[in-house]
Formats: sequence, C-alpha cells, structure tokens
Amino acid sequence: MRIPCPFCGPRDEVEFTWRGDASVQRPAAEAGVEAFHDYVYLRRNPRGWTQEWWQHSAGCRAWLRVERHTMTHEIRKVEAA
Amino acid sequence: MPQYSAFRIFAEGLRGNTGWQPAWRKARPKPRYQVVIVGGGGHGLATAFYLAELHGIRDVAVVERGLVGQGNTGRNTTIVRSNYLLPENNRFYEHSLKLWEGLERSLGYNVMMSQRGVLNLFHNDAQKAAYTRRGNAMRLNGIDAELVDREGVRALCPIIDLDNGRYPVMGGLLQRRGGTAPHDAVAWGFAKAASDRGIDIIEHCEVTGLLVEGGAIRGVRTTRGEIAAAKVGLAVAGHTSTLTAMAGFDVPIETHLLQAFVSEGLKPLVDCVVTFGAGHFYISQSDKGGLVFGGGLDGYASYGQRGTLKEAEHVFATGCTMIPALKRLRALRSWAGVMDMTPDASPYVCRTPISGLYMTAGWSYGGFKATPASGWCHAWTIARDEPHALNAAFTLDRFREGRALDEKGAGPFPWLQ
Ligand SMILES: Cc1cc2nc3c(=O)[nH]c(=O)nc-3n(C[C@H](O)[C@H](O)[C@H](O)COP(=O)(O)OP(=O)(O)OC[C@H]3O[C@@H](n4cnc5c(N)ncnc54)[C@H](O)[C@@H]3O)c2cc1C
Ligand SMILES: [Zn+2]
Repeated sequence: MRIPCPFCGPRDEVEFTWRGDASVQRPAAEAGVEAFHDYVYLRRNPRGWTQEWWQHSAGCRAWLRVERHTMTHEIRKVEAA
Repeated sequence: MPQYSAFRIFAEGLRGNTGWQPAWRKARPKPRYQVVIVGGGGHGLATAFYLAELHGIRDVAVVERGLVGQGNTGRNTTIVRSNYLLPENNRFYEHSLKLWEGLERSLGYNVMMSQRGVLNLFHNDAQKAAYTRRGNAMRLNGIDAELVDREGVRALCPIIDLDNGRYPVMGGLLQRRGGTAPHDAVAWGFAKAASDRGIDIIEHCEVTGLLVEGGAIRGVRTTRGEIAAAKVGLAVAGHTSTLTAMAGFDVPIETHLLQAFVSEGLKPLVDCVVTFGAGHFYISQSDKGGLVFGGGLDGYASYGQRGTLKEAEHVFATGCTMIPALKRLRALRSWAGVMDMTPDASPYVCRTPISGLYMTAGWSYGGFKATPASGWCHAWTIARDEPHALNAAFTLDRFREGRALDEKGAGPFPWLQ
C-alpha cells in the first residue's frame, strides 16, 4: 500500500503509523459517561470505506485524515488533519 | 454416519479405502429452526454441538457463507494453552483446555491434540517477574505452570540461540499441558459430531440481514432465502461488526489482520511451542514437519485476508534472531485471517441489546484454543438466556462498568493488544 502524503507525495506504508478511526468525535468535557464510552470504545468498523488517522511518522511527521477501503486497501482521499 | 476405530482403518486398508462415507451431512435450509448459528467456524460448530449434546436442542442450523472451517479456524497456528493471568480468563481457558483433553472421546473423532508444552521465553528481570507472577496466578487456580532456567530452555529446545547478542535468553514459563491440535481435524470433528446429532450444516449461505421485530430477533435473511428462528447466535469472528450493523448496533471491535507462515517440511526440530519475548514471534512444528510460525497484527484495520510484507519481514527477522538456523529455510506459504480485536483483547460471550440474539466474538488472535469452551458457554447462554459463571464477565458492557479484562495492560487500543 502507498499513501499519497500531501506534503511528500506517494510513500510506502512502512513510513506511516496508524492511529485508528477518524470518524469518532471527542465529546465535550461535560457530555457524560455514555458519550465518552461510545467515543472510546464503540466502532463502526465497516467492511468498506473508512476515515482514519495516519501519521507520516518516518517522513514529514504530519497527521493525515485518510479515506481508505478496508477490503481493497484503495485510498481515495488524503488531507492534512 | 461413520464411526472410526483402529479396526475400521485396518479393514478399509484391505478394501482399498472404498467404504468411507462423508464425515457429515450437507443440508439445505429449512424455513424455520429453533436456533440459527451464523458462522461455520469452530466456534459456531461447537455451539451447535453443545446445544444438542448438553441442552437437548437439536432443531439447529449452522449457516456458513463459504465452506466450513475456511475462516480463522483453518488459518490459525493451532496453539492451545491456558496460561492467563486474570482470574476470569484463567478459569475460562482452563475449562477449555480440560474440554480439549477429552475432546476426542466426546466427538468420536481424532483431533490429534498434542500436549507438547508451551514455552514463553523471557530476556530480562522485568519479564521474568511478570512471567513468575503469571505462573503463580495459574497455580493458584490449579493450572500447571513451571518456571525454567536457561538450562531448562536448552533441554526443551536446543536449537534456540540462548546467547544471541541482543536478547540473551534468561529462562521461560512452561505450561506442559499446552500444545497444538490440527485445525482442520477440529472443524471436521465438531461438524461430524453436530451433524450426527441432527444439526443442519448449510454451506454457501451468507447472512445478509437480521430480522428484528420490536427489539427481538425473528430470524435471518440469507442468500438462500429467509430462515425464521426464535434465537440466533453469531460466531463470525472478524465479521462480527458487519452482522451487528444489520441489527442496528455497534460493538467494541476492530477488524485487523494476523499472518502466519509455514516452512518446507523437516525432520523433528522444535519439540514444543516456543514464543520469543523480545519481539513478536512464535513457532511450533506440525506433524507433517513444516515449521509453523507467526507474529503480531499487521497494524491497521482490514478485512482483506492477505498480509503485508512489513509484518512478514519483522516475523522473519525476529525468528532468525531466536533460531539462527531458520535462515537456511524457505517459507512455503503465508496467509492472513481477520481478527475481531477488542479494546482489552478479551472476548464477548453474551446476550446483546436485541432479545434472542447472542454472540461469541472478540476472540482476537487467541480464539482457537477457546473453541470448545466458547461453544460450551455460548450454547449455555443461548439455551438459558443467561450466561454461565465462566462467561459472565465476557459482556459487551464491561467497559461502561469499568470492568475491562486487559491481560496486557495495553489500554483501549485494539490494534495494540
Ligand atoms: C494467523 C492466525 C493465527 C492464529 N493463531 C492462533 C493460535 O495459535 N491459537 C489460538 O488459540 N488462536 C489463534 N488464532 C485465532 C483463532 O483462529 C480465532 O480466534 C478462531 O479460530 C475464531 O474461530 P471462529 O470459529 O469464531 O472463526 P472463523 O473460523 O473465522 O469462523 C467464522 C465464520 O463465519 C463466516 N461468516 C462471516 N460472515 C458471515 C455471514 N454474513 N454469513 C454467514 N457466515 C459468515 C466466515 O466465513 C467464517 O467461516 C489465530 C488466527 C490467525 C488468523
Ligand atoms: Zn509526509
């Protein structure tokens, strides 16, 4: 898999570190236990398109929001976080 | 249905093996069952077997989208053990190991269970302390555990490079009752025993929808039509989230890849199962002679069932550090399975928010050894609509209640577990 970094161009996946689901939103501090439970633990985990965080850790170190397909590993959108 | 015995093998040998019948019956879906189990892996088949055997529920169908045993059940490295730290896991896996020890008799099928020992190496004082603690926890629960020193490791597996430059081996934690059981035999043994008890095993039948009415399950929609059922049990490993999405709820699971590898066949070289403590690597030798080995997860969510080169490189490099002689071997095959990783790497065997819908899931990279007890507890939970004491802690709610079962202390990150 190659990830097109908006700053460095297409680079091999070994240069990147995955940091999980980017579709979940951190709730407001006073949102309560339920909201935080869902944020920390519940995942859509689709077999299909997902939004996820990747860091170009062995490159420019930028955080990226990547739209990737979990079955084909195709990437259709990458933007700086 | 065939019965197996030494005499039968001898007699069939004389008749050119022409008298064998298929081990189990391929069924077509009926319009209605008491219980439908989704997923024809070891866990689904074991659930069906124990429903019939222990709870007298025989009006059961196991529906599998592909072929029986071609999911993780047929992709794992066959290691069976009960060397856990936390009491809930410790008791559950020991129950499982005890079921393994009597499995051939209960199923009437040779699952080739081999208690050759599982040895976890340690390389520094902190690891030694952690393994000593784990060994003590096991012994407090009546499970066998031994701490072995360097000489003990050398005697068990002479080919390990004890003095390797970077990670010299200090010793290991040994569970002698641990070992391996060839996975195909296990899947077929449970399929045969379930089928013998009247259970329908339906292949090439994918569940595409769960029929829910007023918060209760009514059946499943499949590629071979609708099947009505009062109760439905999910046993679909890495695909659990795709099924719960059909019923409208999310679960704490992320699907990740785990790879395994097998070398060309060799004479006996590695007698027990050995895990390396300074990187992700473990190894055993199959009865056919191939070295079977693997490592950690591939690092990002995937349903792809194919591994990446990055993790393969790590596994080979770590393996050659532990056993330099591996450098002379060729890997024959590699493959990957999709793991249902949970935030604490412990499973769910429980009811769900939908009444009549149950699941055994979240087995992560270690569910093969759980196969009999997972089926046993899942069947109990389905039959009685409440968990057995052995799986009472394995709920979907435990994080909300602050009762995570995090063996490793890796935090709520499924991909780091
Ligand atoms: C490389 C690797 C090594 C491993 N090593 C070990 C080990 O050494 N020891 C150990 O204890 N564990 C190990 N595991 C983990 C173990 O394999 C699994 O936890 C266990 O086999 C899960 O069993 P199962 O029956 O739930 O899953 P599976 O065998 O995957 O069964 C699930 C079935 O559900 C079917 N299915 C999915 N979706 C649908 C649908 N919509 N409709 C119908 N059917 C569906 C699938 O086709 C599949 O056959 C390993 C796993 C892998 C991948
Ligand atoms: Zn970059």
